[in-house]
Amino acid sequence: MSGRLRWRKFVSGFMLTMTGVCALVAVSVLFFILGYLVYHGGKSISWSFVTKLPTPVGETGGGMANAIVGSAKLLLLASLMGVPIGFLGAIYLAEFSGSKVAFVVRYAADLLNGVPSIVIGIFAYSLVVLPFKHFSTVAGGFALGLMMIPITLRSTEEFLLAVPRALREAAMALGASKWKTIVTVIVPAAYRGILTAVLLAFARVAGETAPLLFTALGNRFWSPGWNQPTASLPAMIYAYALAPYDDWHRQAWAAGLVLLGLILVINIVARAILARGIAVPRA
Amino acid sequence: MITFLFAASVVLVTLLLIIELWQESALPRHKFGLHFFVTQVWDPIAGQFGALPFIYGTLITATVSLVIAVPLGIGAAIFLAELAPARLSDALEFFIDLLAAVPSVIYGLLGVFIVVPLMRDYVQPALKNTLGFLPLFSGPAYGIGFLTAGIVLAIMVIPYIISVSREVLMSVPRDQREAALGLGSTRWESTWNVVVPFARTGIMGSIFLALARALGETMAVTMVIGNTPTISASLFSPGYSIAAVIANEFTEATGDLYLQALIELGLVLFLLTFLLNGLARLLIVMTSQRGSGTAHA
Repeated sequence: MSGRLRWRKFVSGFMLTMTGVCALVAVSVLFFILGYLVYHGGKSISWSFVTKLPTPVGETGGGMANAIVGSAKLLLLASLMGVPIGFLGAIYLAEFSGSKVAFVVRYAADLLNGVPSIVIGIFAYSLVVLPFKHFSTVAGGFALGLMMIPITLRSTEEFLLAVPRALREAAMALGASKWKTIVTVIVPAAYRGILTAVLLAFARVAGETAPLLFTALGNRFWSPGWNQPTASLPAMIYAYALAPYDDWHRQAWAAGLVLLGLILVINIVARAILARGIAVPRA
Repeated sequence: MITFLFAASVVLVTLLLIIELWQESALPRHKFGLHFFVTQVWDPIAGQFGALPFIYGTLITATVSLVIAVPLGIGAAIFLAELAPARLSDALEFFIDLLAAVPSVIYGLLGVFIVVPLMRDYVQPALKNTLGFLPLFSGPAYGIGFLTAGIVLAIMVIPYIISVSREVLMSVPRDQREAALGLGSTRWESTWNVVVPFARTGIMGSIFLALARALGETMAVTMVIGNTPTISASLFSPGYSIAAVIANEFTEATGDLYLQALIELGLVLFLLTFLLNGLARLLIVMTSQRGSGTAHA
């Protein structure tokens, strides 16, 4: 073996090993984050964390019950807004639209998807907070719902388009109307994919903080109804992490663990649903 | 036809967003014009608003993050696409996707309690001792600042670079690799001289995508950048970014001019990410059309 060849083989082996190291570093970050959160959050999570209100400043103890309920309310509103619009919009794109309209809608959805979340917050502020003159759960839910629309729309459309033509034609040939075909054949055939899309969109907005800062604002007490400022888990993590109290830091870790756990579980479930195969016979 | 209304509402909302940002920032646009972008006095009490420190902070942190994330991300993508067996590659990709799902406030939390102390006590003093003659690495080590924000951002955008680059690399036709190997290249030469150049535009696309993410990122940056409107050559210095100043000052903004100056910053951020996202999608589509496989942006 000549020296030149030996050198080339050495470079090849070395560089390829380095790419492996890069991959290892990237993946180990995930396990580091998880491990650290479980370690610190696990120490501070307790029954009172999920059942009690935050204590007044300076007192230790208390929990984030109001933030957990607040987050649930915000996400409910967001889903009520984002899922129908995204889902029905996707049906229009996949089943009815001409290519020109579809291009415009897709373009708008991609644009919306790329908007930084803080800018979504500004938009929700001027559209919902200003006219009603106060921060509210509704405004926060609107901001999060807005972020759900493009994610749900684009992936649902993809799964609808993946349904084989033969199924559509079979339904039509049996005399089913267009609507009947969509409701009884196409959507059931693509439902795993659609469910995955909705779950991923949900998980994505569940951790969003920036759009809530000046829509839902925050609250140290229960937020009755839908028209008051409300606490939420991500906003609490932000506020507590930057506060100068050790007890608040511990609670921020616990909240982080709850939030990350929720998001990762949803993600894994969504991917598991998809991995079991879309219930469509291959054409 | 109901479905049409829902589809149309997506377009409508997007248009409304742009109109709203444009109209609500009319005051500072007329008052300061282009001076808004080149002056650096941010004094709400005197009614002087210059965005330069925030634009500078946003660009610097994004640059630092790319300098770290691009080599790491592309290296990992090459490993996943070229070297790892399909099973391992899919398993690792699963973890990378989970990493992309971690919310930014969690990265901020880890940034505040892990990265900042680490930077202050170990990394920054070490950099100062070895490369302190460069203006980049001078000044006191606070822990918070441009460098720390850049590192946290890098951790956040790496999954995006890996996912997209991996898909683009995998869409490079097999014959390209076989031809290179058949001509006697080593494995690395075939990868670096043939496969990577073939996928070049798509990889660029993934980088622009990551850049757009880094520019618009709010929470993690706000928590570690220091929130001081300064322009300094030193990466150790605390700074401010566009998204961070909006997050911190929006609820406290008194007076229309102040609020609208913040909204104009939002408009700037929107336009920046809009351009980058468009460019990224174009590049990714261009490569996947050249290859035989498909890659989704």
